[in-house]
Amino acid sequence: MRKRRTSLLALPFTIYALIFIAAPLLLIVVYSFCVSPQNGVTLTLEHYKKFFDFSNPVYLQVLWRSIYIAVISTAICLLLGYPMAYILSKLRPGLRQVLSVLFVLPMWMNFLLRTYSWMSLLEKTGLINSFLEAINLPAFNIMYTQWAIVLGNVYNFLPFMILPIYNVLIKIDQSVIEAAQDLGADSMKVFGRVILPLSLGGVASGISMTFMPAVTTFVISKLLGGGQNALIGDLIEKQFKTTGNWGFGSAMSVIIMVLILLAMNFTSSYEKDREEGGQLL
Amino acid sequence: MEKELIRLDNIVMHFGGTEVLNCLNLHIRDREFLTMLGPSGCGKTTTLRIIGGFVTPSSGRVLFDGVDITELPPHKREVNTVFQKYALFTHLDVFENIAFGLRLRKVGDADCKRRVGEMLELVNLRGYDNRTVSSLSGGEQQRVAIARALVLHPKVLLLDEPLGALDLKLRKEMQLELKKIQQHLGITFVYVTHDQEEALTMSDTIVVMNRGEIQQIGSPTDIYNEPKNAFVADFIGESNIIDARMEKDYVVRFAGSRFECLDAGFTENEDIDVVVRPEDVDILSPGAGQLEGIVESSIFKGVHYEMIIRTRDFSFLVQSTDNQEIGREVSLLITPDAIHCMKKSPRPHGKEGGEEDA
Amino acid sequence: MKFFKRLSYVYSVLIFLFLYAPIVVLIVYSFNSEKSRAKWGGLTLDWYRALFSNSEIMRALSTTVTIALLSSVIAVVIGTMAAVGIYNMRRRSKMAVMSLAYLPMLNADIVTGVSLLLIFSALGLRLGYFTLLLAHVTFNIPYVILSVMPKLKQLDPNLYEAAQDLGAPPATAFFRVVMPEISPGIVTGFLLAFTMSIDDFVISFFTTGSGVSTLSIMIYSMARRGIKPEINALSAIMFIVVLSLLLIINLRSANDAKRSDSRPVSAGARASSR
Repeated sequence: MRKRRTSLLALPFTIYALIFIAAPLLLIVVYSFCVSPQNGVTLTLEHYKKFFDFSNPVYLQVLWRSIYIAVISTAICLLLGYPMAYILSKLRPGLRQVLSVLFVLPMWMNFLLRTYSWMSLLEKTGLINSFLEAINLPAFNIMYTQWAIVLGNVYNFLPFMILPIYNVLIKIDQSVIEAAQDLGADSMKVFGRVILPLSLGGVASGISMTFMPAVTTFVISKLLGGGQNALIGDLIEKQFKTTGNWGFGSAMSVIIMVLILLAMNFTSSYEKDREEGGQLL
Repeated sequence: MEKELIRLDNIVMHFGGTEVLNCLNLHIRDREFLTMLGPSGCGKTTTLRIIGGFVTPSSGRVLFDGVDITELPPHKREVNTVFQKYALFTHLDVFENIAFGLRLRKVGDADCKRRVGEMLELVNLRGYDNRTVSSLSGGEQQRVAIARALVLHPKVLLLDEPLGALDLKLRKEMQLELKKIQQHLGITFVYVTHDQEEALTMSDTIVVMNRGEIQQIGSPTDIYNEPKNAFVADFIGESNIIDARMEKDYVVRFAGSRFECLDAGFTENEDIDVVVRPEDVDILSPGAGQLEGIVESSIFKGVHYEMIIRTRDFSFLVQSTDNQEIGREVSLLITPDAIHCMKKSPRPHGKEGGEEDA
Repeated sequence: MKFFKRLSYVYSVLIFLFLYAPIVVLIVYSFNSEKSRAKWGGLTLDWYRALFSNSEIMRALSTTVTIALLSSVIAVVIGTMAAVGIYNMRRRSKMAVMSLAYLPMLNADIVTGVSLLLIFSALGLRLGYFTLLLAHVTFNIPYVILSVMPKLKQLDPNLYEAAQDLGAPPATAFFRVVMPEISPGIVTGFLLAFTMSIDDFVISFFTTGSGVSTLSIMIYSMARRGIKPEINALSAIMFIVVLSLLLIINLRSANDAKRSDSRPVSAGARASSR
């Protein structure tokens, strides 16, 4: 009886969440099927047809580019991040604590400022090129290309890859590693057969935590990618901020949500496994 | 007895500034069930980890079948370990956990299947092949850990307090089962525990350790009946440990009286410890024994009563099947063969018995 | 082995360089007397002085800070109540409300931002300070719940009952016994919400109206035509603030860890219960 009454404490939040979390998402779905949602409800598939128009695949190309850039960025994050997480996890606890704070630190610095700072580093006359010029090396011009977006993504989301992997790695019981050695595994095999499989849960959450912001970003593409490399995020932003075609913008938001759901479905099977396993002592 | 298989030679172990093992010498024979027994921090687990190869001693040598293996990494040693908290691989099912070592040795699928099957049979887990380890109970996980270590047919199995996490009943069952497995396979078990009862039940040889030093090595009956010092006496079973003075050979004085005993070879008037087991004290009617006392308390323990009887200088713990009323005057008789005289030695601090864990 | 150690050292240094280079650049430029970022004109503190007399930046700063403070406080109140309520729910409703709470964390910011824009316009709210605040409260609450929930789970279930057994009425029992135990989680939740709010751009971008800008929004609108050097000065100051905030949070969690270490009994109970 008393428990029930205490659970009423969640009521204000539940109401708030229904209005500002559940209803808005529902609205997106409804709007995506409306002709011009600002002026009443007339159902249509027009927006989705426009997006998936194979005879004029401009939007599909943008979607493809977004996925392509996000996949590459995520892969680079994984390749750079896993070794870093592994190195961190092997340090003694005190140093480990300090260094992991240092990794989080840039992440909490205003992300627009950091991205903007890359502009001054990457520009034709920027710091990197001045430096390269000074030591007589050819200039490095990736500003306003897809690679600049990849770099911005990797820079901004690398900590999202490192931290979950690191968190899983430090939880692996030392005795499990000893058990593998005891059964005949040398250090390569200990890594390949025990540490790596046990850390896949962290890899999975790292992938979803980097892929999602990378595939939906519009800031990084706008600042570093210039005009020619618009991503799906840029398209959505444009519908709501300039064109005013909310129906089409909603439809693309739904498409992005489906994409994310698919990606999470792919990774969460791993994460669930690990959660179960993690309970074992 | 069988030939010597493992020899630890002058092993010294420091961790940071603290000395964990102080010049340890021990040999382990083929096919014996050897238990290292002692309170936590006595160095027993470190000794086991040195044999397993997980730590390298600061100095000293480890010989296996006459070969120096001190620097050999664990994956090249012919011993396998059952870890305290099992250390099962949560990403693998029961079958693959047990097959782990076989896979590393590139054993073929058919062979693998057969040997894992044998092991599952041995530990009574037939049909568990495809279960996830996290779905198993503590006892079942324990069995998987044992099977995983035994499937490689090691010459020696190391067990680090493997039953500590199980409840009392399960622990008793597993004690018998482990002993059976050891005899069936005919291999050496090196077993670490702080539970004296466990040690007495299973072992061929018990090594009692305290503060990084071996206190006594012997069979369970030797250790129980002839403890070498007060530490061993107190750690194994219950005892009365009494300050005494050896007046001359075969005569010892304690608790305000003079007693005959069977020990000789001390210097005259040397201060010693006398150990008397509670079940070795006889209670007689007043005046009939050597020491007069009063029954202070009496607790029924199932098979016997445990009484505290206060004499002039010492309160004795006495076990007897006959109850005595509290407050009654009695007389105690301690026969010469019940008196164990031993050199003074440090007493155990914070004795760990099975009771706390049960 | 030694080679591997050296390699990992070099690797860590390179990664750190990569992560910190842009931040160092910002901070260094904040002392550059030349207005253009292409040239170095010598050390100056002018931009720090100019920063505080720039009313546009100061207005954005005060919007950012007040929105962050207000939204975190509201989120802490609603979120803590929610956590306690959810904790006492039955399994099924618990699952339902929890997944509702985590939606904004799992969803892409751009979708959350757009969806809030839709609901605000559907409700006839004019975009501005108030809608910005509502939006921040919405994405902050989950972080509070997420921080308080584990503390509730660690709580000895008999604690609350013991307080009542000793004569405390339910509310007193809660405030005198449960609150102190979960307060580290509440503080962590507050700090997390605060920093999330400060750092947010995407959601604010969609939910604010004309005339109301946070720092992020202002920087975004400046970025393409060139950022004023005052912003560099501001970023240097913010870096110091974030650094100290992070230190506080980490000292807290380090203390927490120590405290839970000193409770072997409850840890043992957990291990044996499975």
